[in-house]
Amino acid sequence: MTITENKPANIIGTRLLRREDPPLLTGEAKFTNDLNIPGALHLSVLRSPYAHAKIKSIDVSAALKIAGVIAVYTGKDLQSAWAAPMPCAWPVTADMKNPPHFPLAIDKVNYVGDGVAAVLATNETASRDALDAIDVEYEPLKAVVDLEDSLSDKNIIHQDLGTNKSYTWPLLVEETPGCVAEAFKKAKYKVKERYVQQRLIPMAMEPRAIAAVPQPFGGDITLYSSTQIPHILKVMTAITLGIPEQQVRVVAPSVGGGFGSKLDVYAEELLCMALARKHNAPVRWVEERSENTQATIQGRGQIQHIELAADENGKITAVRVRIVGDMGAYLQLVTPGVPLLGAFLYAGVYDIPKAYDFECTSVFTNLTPTDAYRGAGRPEATYAIEMAIEALAREMKIDSFELRKRNYIKKEQFPYTAFSGLTYDSGDHLLAAEKAAKMTDLVGVRAQQKKQNVPGATKLLGVGMSSYFEMCGLAPSRVLASLNYSAGGWEAATVRVLPTNKVQVITGTSPHGQGHETSWAMIAAEKLGVAPEDVDVLHSDTAISALGLDTYGSRSLPVGGVAIALACDKVIEKAKLIAAHQLECSADDLQFENGTFSVKGSPDRALPLAAIAFGAFTAHNLPDGCEPNLEAQVSYDPPNFSWPFGTHMCVVEVDTETGAVEILKYIAVDDCGNQINPLIVEGQVHGGVVQGIAQALFEEAVYDSDGNLKSSNLAEYLVPAACDVPAITTAHTVTPSPTNQLGVKGIGEAGTIGAAPTVITAIIDALSSLGVTTMAMPASPQTVWRTINEATRGGKQ
Amino acid sequence: MIPAAFDYKRASSAAEAISLISQYGSDAKFLAGGHSLLPLMKLRLAQPAMLIDIGRVKDLSYVKDAGNHIAIGALTQHMDVENSKVLHEHAPLLSKAASHVGDAQVRHRGTIGGSIAHADPASDLPATTLALGATYVVQGPKGQREIAAANFYKGFLESDLAADEMLIEIRVPKMQGAGWSFQKFNRRAQDWAIVGVAAWRRKGEAGVALVNMGSTPILATSVANAIAKGASISDAAAMASNEAEPQSDLNASTEYRKHLASVLVRRALEAASK
Repeated sequence: MTITENKPANIIGTRLLRREDPPLLTGEAKFTNDLNIPGALHLSVLRSPYAHAKIKSIDVSAALKIAGVIAVYTGKDLQSAWAAPMPCAWPVTADMKNPPHFPLAIDKVNYVGDGVAAVLATNETASRDALDAIDVEYEPLKAVVDLEDSLSDKNIIHQDLGTNKSYTWPLLVEETPGCVAEAFKKAKYKVKERYVQQRLIPMAMEPRAIAAVPQPFGGDITLYSSTQIPHILKVMTAITLGIPEQQVRVVAPSVGGGFGSKLDVYAEELLCMALARKHNAPVRWVEERSENTQATIQGRGQIQHIELAADENGKITAVRVRIVGDMGAYLQLVTPGVPLLGAFLYAGVYDIPKAYDFECTSVFTNLTPTDAYRGAGRPEATYAIEMAIEALAREMKIDSFELRKRNYIKKEQFPYTAFSGLTYDSGDHLLAAEKAAKMTDLVGVRAQQKKQNVPGATKLLGVGMSSYFEMCGLAPSRVLASLNYSAGGWEAATVRVLPTNKVQVITGTSPHGQGHETSWAMIAAEKLGVAPEDVDVLHSDTAISALGLDTYGSRSLPVGGVAIALACDKVIEKAKLIAAHQLECSADDLQFENGTFSVKGSPDRALPLAAIAFGAFTAHNLPDGCEPNLEAQVSYDPPNFSWPFGTHMCVVEVDTETGAVEILKYIAVDDCGNQINPLIVEGQVHGGVVQGIAQALFEEAVYDSDGNLKSSNLAEYLVPAACDVPAITTAHTVTPSPTNQLGVKGIGEAGTIGAAPTVITAIIDALSSLGVTTMAMPASPQTVWRTINEATRGGKQ
Repeated sequence: MIPAAFDYKRASSAAEAISLISQYGSDAKFLAGGHSLLPLMKLRLAQPAMLIDIGRVKDLSYVKDAGNHIAIGALTQHMDVENSKVLHEHAPLLSKAASHVGDAQVRHRGTIGGSIAHADPASDLPATTLALGATYVVQGPKGQREIAAANFYKGFLESDLAADEMLIEIRVPKMQGAGWSFQKFNRRAQDWAIVGVAAWRRKGEAGVALVNMGSTPILATSVANAIAKGASISDAAAMASNEAEPQSDLNASTEYRKHLASVLVRRALEAASK
């Protein structure tokens, strides 16, 4: 038997079906609310109906009379339960204003949905009924809803702060002092644009759910939560509640989506834990859908001003950006950092000199707090630069693709040190863009457009595109330190070969739909020469996976997956020493292939990993000084972000009579380096693109001037369904990342980043013959119709 | 999503249902497919003390050729209206409209009678039966009576049905080969129409009704009269909103709704004239 005859197909790069799907599709998977917890008390939270009001009095007496109600707590009642306010882990500047934020409001409510009272009852119905029986007297105050109104400080939300401004964060990068102003002065072409990123509701399919289970003795407590971040949650809840960290265990059972909304420490988690300890009984809570629209963080919420300066050839010479960021009523876990994640990407994929002037001012409003939502800062930045490129092309009266080509960072310039000081490790923007153009049949579509978009036509064709770079794989810890982030960006992994040659992978990533169990098993199987089904992946329980920094920012593969590969290397290294000992040769003479060590040149002298694993377990015959068992642990801090990129294009038809937009074709060319499982990559791109299309055409958290959410359920907040979005054609270029051994980059957020500008630029292109140059998001039929009316009326004057 | 407490009785016949509703009066509501009532109850916007479940009254689920008209039992599910061969032949406009209600799951639970009795101006079937000149048969403690669709809708979610009456049958005149079109404009396939139009045309005769253009389904009589007098389709369509008083909401202002109505009525009449 020779090794080559027995060589299995490579596992990495195959479209292995997700092992997660059968339990999810058959209902076997257990979500937090599926857990059967005998004796659990049910928590319900009374929420403020006012965006801004003083609490004059709270009368809970009628609620306490309802059968099954155990207790009702107000914010004042629980003041002593908190060792610290709710955490914000990202104080972006030394003077950032951060109002104290507690799980229940104490004497003032600051958004519709702010918690006012907590009911505990023996059953869910009684706790829900009790909410209707609590009598709160409010004194309504003027609500601050609009960002520019907030900036004016006419009405101050947190009086003690003296201002609505949380922080101003500048980033000025100049080759020589004053060169930005100089570039604008000298510029042949200039554009100055304003864009609004509407607030979005992340709307995970599973709303949040929590169960806190205290142990009867010893003070230990287990928190089950539908969260993306069991590890961070453990640290943060221990600090906020003043519990020794080793007494807290956090478990994330099956989690039905997060998109950033479950990357947070929430009031209800703290309430469940505090009340479980107080009553020495399990306490559980599950969010209602309408409650989810108010009590779970929202995303986006920015006003962007961007200016480009360009020379006579359209080469961009300077970029100036001013942002107003909507923090909402309080700072949640990473709220203030979200706009800054985009700060480095306002130059997009373009070769721009050190002439960059960025400033973000973030303000409080009487609205639900914002925080990270799929892409977090990067979709906003990409939208602004891509829309501004289109504006510049219009100004220059040249094709926008041609303008992009003049400005793309060229393939031979990589690794490319950007003006920001960050190094883009790899890329080939022209290749991705040309591939997208070919797949779109750009030449054919343009010809068709000429025929179709004649005066008087009511069905107008348009093509849109967006090229993006994404800064993900969060993140090198030192870079995070330079941004004032309170934690690191490493990830931990343990790989253990059991005596029977089955493998356990323990990861600090915390999947909630991404298919980590499948992908991580594939990595370990490929490295160790075992079948993927022989690899079990353990995660999302701090008692099993003690170390980790969880899942967000497209970090799981380029940080957590690479950590697993490194741990496999360590296992192989140790196994090699044992093999050398048992085969009586030098370790240097051994090669490892397909799960077997053999002496180079004499393949008959071989020892399979299975034998070594068993030998490591019996420990009968190990080299001197070698510890029993075959296991290795790694904590991996990435040397750089990962930099996926690509170009998306789409073709739309706009019905100018109704304003309806139909996407006829959507092409996504993404480069995430090497792919572990292309099936999963495709799924991530599809989901991301749909969320980007949703921002472009469908979704918006609409508030009235009193701060009431008008789109507070799924009939009003328009999450598109499968039949409302086009078929998506995906393709890839493969530029392996040079900074990790797998050559991988994150892909979780890329689709979202590419899609919104692609769709909006297509609509503007379709309507360009009518004089349309702007389009607000979401481009609802009414918005499109109004924009056409404004443009054509303007044209007549 | 926990509704307020309520009692529940199941009726096995129309007679039993009417006897129960006579007993419990205005605190009671009929539960058929539940697709309008239950969402309101979950949000506690509706808190009936008694639900009388008529969902299993089998003798009210049918589509029959009754000579001049088609008789449809009130508890016939949208799916059966959509797929009925009798309706395909004699009232295809109604089948088409039924195929636009919600999504497949909704169409397997919701009933034509429930939709009409709920009298939601944003629903597809009230306006469509109105355009077709349907008659509704209702039964109360004192027996049956017939109400023309044109006299049935009284206000937002209000109809001529008395508290102790039950809608039992919808009678739709045969379309006799008229051209027709159902236009539903919305942002997502599963949603209520922002504006909808049900229209038919036979030479100089036309019937047009509007979805979600006021507090009730609206019969666009000006359009029909204009067609009868020989007006062009576009001139007639310009009168689409003459009888309407459309509201403003997140999807559409009053002005935009009126504009959409004229575009959609024109398209519907053009399609119906082919």
